[in-house]
Amino acid sequence: MSRAADQGGDVTPTPDGDDGQAPLATAWRGSAAVGAAETSEGAQELSSRAETDPLVLDVEQGAVLRLPEGVALDPTDFDIEPSDDETMIINLGPQHPSTHGVLRLMLELDGETVLRTKPVIGYLHTGMEKTAEDLMYVQGGTNVTRMDYLSPFHNECVFALAVEQLLGIEIPERATWIRMLMLELNRMSSHVLFMATNGLDMGATSAMIYGWRERELLLAFFERVTGLRMNHNYIRPGGVAADLPDGWRADVEHLLHVFPRRLDEFDELFTNQPIWRARSEGVGVLSQAQAVALSATGPVLRATGVPWDLRASLPYLNYDQVSFDVITGTFGDVFDRYAVRINEVRESMRIIEQILELMPAGDYRIQDAKVTPPPRSRIDESMEALIHHFKLFTEGFKVPAGEVYVAIESPRGELGCYLVSDGSAKPYRMHIRAPSFANLQSLPVMMRGGLVADAVAVISSLDPVLGDVDR
Amino acid sequence: MSDVAAAEPESPPEPERHAGALVTRSRGQEVLHPDLDTFVATVAALKDEGYVMCVDVTATDYREAPERDLPAGVTPERFELVVNLVAHEPPRRIRLRVQVPDGPPVAPSLFTLYPGTEAMEREVFDLMGIRFAGHPDLTRILMPEDWEGHPLRKDYPVGRVPVQFKAAPSSR
Repeated sequence: MSRAADQGGDVTPTPDGDDGQAPLATAWRGSAAVGAAETSEGAQELSSRAETDPLVLDVEQGAVLRLPEGVALDPTDFDIEPSDDETMIINLGPQHPSTHGVLRLMLELDGETVLRTKPVIGYLHTGMEKTAEDLMYVQGGTNVTRMDYLSPFHNECVFALAVEQLLGIEIPERATWIRMLMLELNRMSSHVLFMATNGLDMGATSAMIYGWRERELLLAFFERVTGLRMNHNYIRPGGVAADLPDGWRADVEHLLHVFPRRLDEFDELFTNQPIWRARSEGVGVLSQAQAVALSATGPVLRATGVPWDLRASLPYLNYDQVSFDVITGTFGDVFDRYAVRINEVRESMRIIEQILELMPAGDYRIQDAKVTPPPRSRIDESMEALIHHFKLFTEGFKVPAGEVYVAIESPRGELGCYLVSDGSAKPYRMHIRAPSFANLQSLPVMMRGGLVADAVAVISSLDPVLGDVDR
Repeated sequence: MSDVAAAEPESPPEPERHAGALVTRSRGQEVLHPDLDTFVATVAALKDEGYVMCVDVTATDYREAPERDLPAGVTPERFELVVNLVAHEPPRRIRLRVQVPDGPPVAPSLFTLYPGTEAMEREVFDLMGIRFAGHPDLTRILMPEDWEGHPLRKDYPVGRVPVQFKAAPSSR
């Protein structure tokens, strides 16, 4: 079953070899993979220990390779290496209320202790990167916004930023601030939904009701601004689709007035509640070195104590003009990941307060007829405007050839867009670096040695969106 | 005009290199172009420089657009592997573009340097068909195990592909 076994295993680097990469650099050309068949039919599932290659076993057990001494999992913590007939491989998902969609986990259990975990994904894969190659840049926003459906503005924004970088255009100041406003409100809505589902997964069912109630306030505002509650296609290359509606300031001020009290209710419900703390503290621990090695980003990484937030570290939009704190945890457990998120909601509110003060007057999109459609009123009077409108929506706009990678901080971590243009009106290649996809690799590490009852809490604390994972 | 030409130095300036690889700038972003054999050594050198995290591994199939911006000395190939690294202290980002020839495309795995590339390389293998030598578990990750072909390749058509799922037996 294992691929490495098929290849003879001789080229597989040893996990703890002191010069692991040196032989690999030269020896890989001689490996069996060079002449191997085009299509692999290797199993994606978890197989029994006897059939599993030792290196794969390490990955499934959550042993992160090539870590400095002492930070790797200490095997004596849980002296559990039983033989195959004492353990049981069970399937969690893809149809399971705690798996946040269609995540399927295969767990090897010894009694109630999790020995190995393997996420099996792809159940929601709809080939959106391939679809993007067939959509014009003006249409691309409708595609990417459906990936991470809990933070649609972030997906639209990263795509728009990548297109604008390739075009080499600067968008008006007001458009940038409107984007930031929507991004931060979206971060709040995503995080309160996390608290809802996290509570539900841990048995605090009332939290679900509260979380969805809070999110509803934000979605109502999104609907007023964009016309839609989700999948807005509001942030587009060149600016945003429409200016903020009349009365938006009062609406946002109302949100800022209501939310602190609601968050205090969450504190009462979770943060200071002994049952919640007992259930989440020390569960699903991920160390700093492990999180970095496994490419984890966002709250998962920050909960381990790494102050890495793209808004502060590599600022985009106007994040260098607002002040906010990067929230970090200490222990990297389920509780820290929760605490990072609830405090990030507060920081987002801080940013929004500053945005309200700094929001300039001006245009909400670039007035370049090649990129943005002319105002509706102009179409009736100007032949040129009509032509531009028609050309833009039938042929789209051409983007100079080149490639670019843009990343922003989504509620789940680094959301990147790699865009290659061949000079036509459609992307030659569009790749989304999905934070949930990368973060999922931390799951085997967090799960190892824990109880199967905690597995649900750990999955939830990762806050994966399967639309983002599978794309 | 001839004076200007005479004032020019005879040999072109030495091309800029970083960690042994040619450097270009794409929209202000630093891009390295190591070749397939020095790829792992370049990444290892970058890791020592402080690029602690590999955030993304992806690939492009240039089958239909072979023209692209590459420094002199780099031969364009059909596939291009794109690796994004970040350094936390000080915050910076770097991208590597590696040319991978077809027939069949194989590249060395970065798994031993960055364990977080495990799923990403599987995704590239699954959708683009680049094999990674040294990857512990190179199986499909997004497509079904018995899927034929690699969908993100340019010769894989959009639409009107026969459905590869078997029909479920019906009790009626």
